[in-house]
This record gives sequence, C-alpha cells and structure tokens, in this order.
Amino acid sequence: MKSDMGAIEPYEPKVVAFCCRYCAYTAADLTGSLRLEYAPNVRVVHVLCSGRIDAVFLLKAFEDGADAVYVAGCNLGDCHFQQGNLSAIRTVAYAKHLLAEIGLEPERLEFFHIAASEGPLFARRADEMTERARRLGPNPLRKTIKQRAGGKLARDPDAHPPLPEAKLGRLIRHAERVEELKT
Amino acid sequence: MIVGDLKPIEEIEASIRGRSRVLILGCRGCVTVCNTGGEKEVAVLASQLRIASQARHEHREICDATIERQCDFEYIEPVLLQIEDVDMVVSLACGAGVQQVAEATAGLQRPVQVVPGINTTFLGAALEQGVWAERCQGCGDCVLEITGGICPIARCSKSLLNGPCGGSSGGKCEIDPEVDCGWQLIHDRLNALGKLENMSRVLPARDWSTSRDGGPRKRVVEELRT
Repeated sequence: MKSDMGAIEPYEPKVVAFCCRYCAYTAADLTGSLRLEYAPNVRVVHVLCSGRIDAVFLLKAFEDGADAVYVAGCNLGDCHFQQGNLSAIRTVAYAKHLLAEIGLEPERLEFFHIAASEGPLFARRADEMTERARRLGPNPLRKTIKQRAGGKLARDPDAHPPLPEAKLGRLIRHAERVEELKT
Repeated sequence: MIVGDLKPIEEIEASIRGRSRVLILGCRGCVTVCNTGGEKEVAVLASQLRIASQARHEHREICDATIERQCDFEYIEPVLLQIEDVDMVVSLACGAGVQQVAEATAGLQRPVQVVPGINTTFLGAALEQGVWAERCQGCGDCVLEITGGICPIARCSKSLLNGPCGGSSGGKCEIDPEVDCGWQLIHDRLNALGKLENMSRVLPARDWSTSRDGGPRKRVVEELRT
C-alpha cells in the first residue's frame, strides 16, 4: 500500500474472528495448548453464541479497517442454544450481500464451523482467512480511517500492538533460578 | 401495519451525493415491525453508506437516530436539534413519516431536505417471519362483516364487490397462479361459517368518495382537540 509520502508501507492484514464460546473459542484455546502456530493477524472476539452476531457488528469491523472478518460457530446440530449457528449463517449471508451492494468483496467475510475439539482446524482457518485478506489486498477504508484520525490513532489498522511484557515469565525464570541455587 | 421496502442502495447514494452531513432517521413504529426502518436497519444502512463513502474517498459524515414515531410532531421535536446540524435527512419511515419530518423541518432557519429511504408498499399483516401480505386498502367503508373477514377490495385483484370473476380457476387468480382468488377465499370462509347466503347478496355500486376518490382524507375528533 502506498502512503501519502509515496513510500511503500508493508501490508499486514488485520483479520477479526468472532468466535463462539462453546466451540471456536475453545478450539482456539486448544490450538494454543497444542502449541500450534497460526497467523498472528487474527484478532479473536469472544461471543457467547455465534447467533449473537448482527450484521451491524460485521459492517462495523470493516468500517474500522478490518481486511477480513469471519464468524466461527458450532457444527450443524451442535449449537448450545439450538439454532444460534443457523441464524449466524443467515446473518453472514445477508452481510455478504450488504458488502457486495457497496462494492466491497463479499469474500472478505466468511462463516466457518469449528468444533471445540478442532484446534488444528482453527489454526488452518485463521491462516486461510489471513491468506485471503492478503490476496484481496487492504480494505479500501484503511487510508481514510487514518486520515480521519489525523494520522495517529487509537485504532491504527497498520500498527501492531506491542507484545505484552513477559513479567510472569521473568518471575518464573527467577523462581527456577532460586530452585537451582538451592540445589 | 404499514409495510415498506428499503430503496436500492444506489438510489439512496444518488440522493445523498454532494451532501457532507447526512442523518439516517428511523422509526420505531410499523417499519420496525416489518424490519425495514427500525434501529437495526438504520444502523446497517448508515454503516453501509459510511463504508461506501469512505471507499470512494468522499468526505461525508453519516449519523443515525431512531424515534418513537415519525408521524407525530412530539417525537420529531427532540431530534430537530440534530436535524439542524445536517444537510439532509434520509427517513426510513413510511410516506406519512417522511412528510411529517419534512413539515417539522420546514420551520427551521436553514431548510433541510428530507428524502425517503424506503418505498411504502401496503397495509398488511405478517404471515410468518419475513413474509408480509396486503390486507387492507383503507377504502373507508368496511365490508368485512359481509365477506366473512376477508377483504374483497384488498384481496381480489380487481377489487370486485360481487365476485368471483371468470378469471378465477382452481382457487387462484388469473393474474398469477401464486395469488389466491379473493372471492374463492371469501366463499370458503362463508361456507365454513354457515353464511353462504351472503354470497348471493348483491352489493350495490359503491360510493368511492370515502376512499381516495374523495381526495385527501382527514379525521377530526373535536373532543380530543386542544
């Protein structure tokens, strides 16, 4: 992507994943426990059921500069609330149509079924969506979002959040050293 | 309730072209019930228009608000301040609401144009989730008592008072095999009610002046006026 200064800024997609607590969110946990690596571009939003998703949420994500958005819900027949995933499928289909109406690629939005036991699938879907966002290029709104906020902003879609300080890790390492000293 | 359809987004975009501050105004009345112009639909349309404007690098501020009823001045008054701040209002209410808001804003120091965001279609009822059908035409002289609770004006394609016509076949109307013949429905209902004799009653030519033919209608209740 070209910035106003003419320099090429590296494009690192931002992907928002709305994950159902009973399946995909648990699968994300499992992915971590399995030490599987997946694209760090994915930002997970925890929802109590994919049925909670409203078309407005999905549009808002794009409005705020997301390059791709997906909703991950339970397999058919597995919804904790009977039909939440079915309603989410309909909402996503509707939102895809809303995006197409205003000239944004509907492929930027997707629905996936990810069961709680499918950690590897969660990682695969995260990679797949990030790859898709990379192929489709940046959300055309990115530039205007930055301009609107005068260059620096709380939600800069191109900025990467700083890594959390590994305080706990240091403490643990310190504790281990104490153990070593004891022996 | 009054049923409406959202206008195509291109049409709404064309009407707001060149305006930098636009208010999308929803209504919590009928159009909320038929999922056309309630709070959610307003939020979706506002978001869509914001994305579309930004993608084209057009500087446009789009805000939204939803009021109890757009067909009552008392509910419009609280948003007048917000309306004074914008260049244009896109109303997602029925035609009555759009006109009422336009009238309320006519008195503002700076005139603000009010445009419709939906096409008002009919007076109808919900058949199931997501399906609405026309049930009344507001003709001003109800005959439902004679026709077993099925309106020949709204349900018969020709609004016949003494039907059915020759176009009724197999219970369907000749205009479309999907459309029920209103008079077949009336016949079946009267039969079930044991009032089939109503079918042989000849309704005289009616005075349509109670309907649109009498010009714009008005209802005045003196006891309620202040």
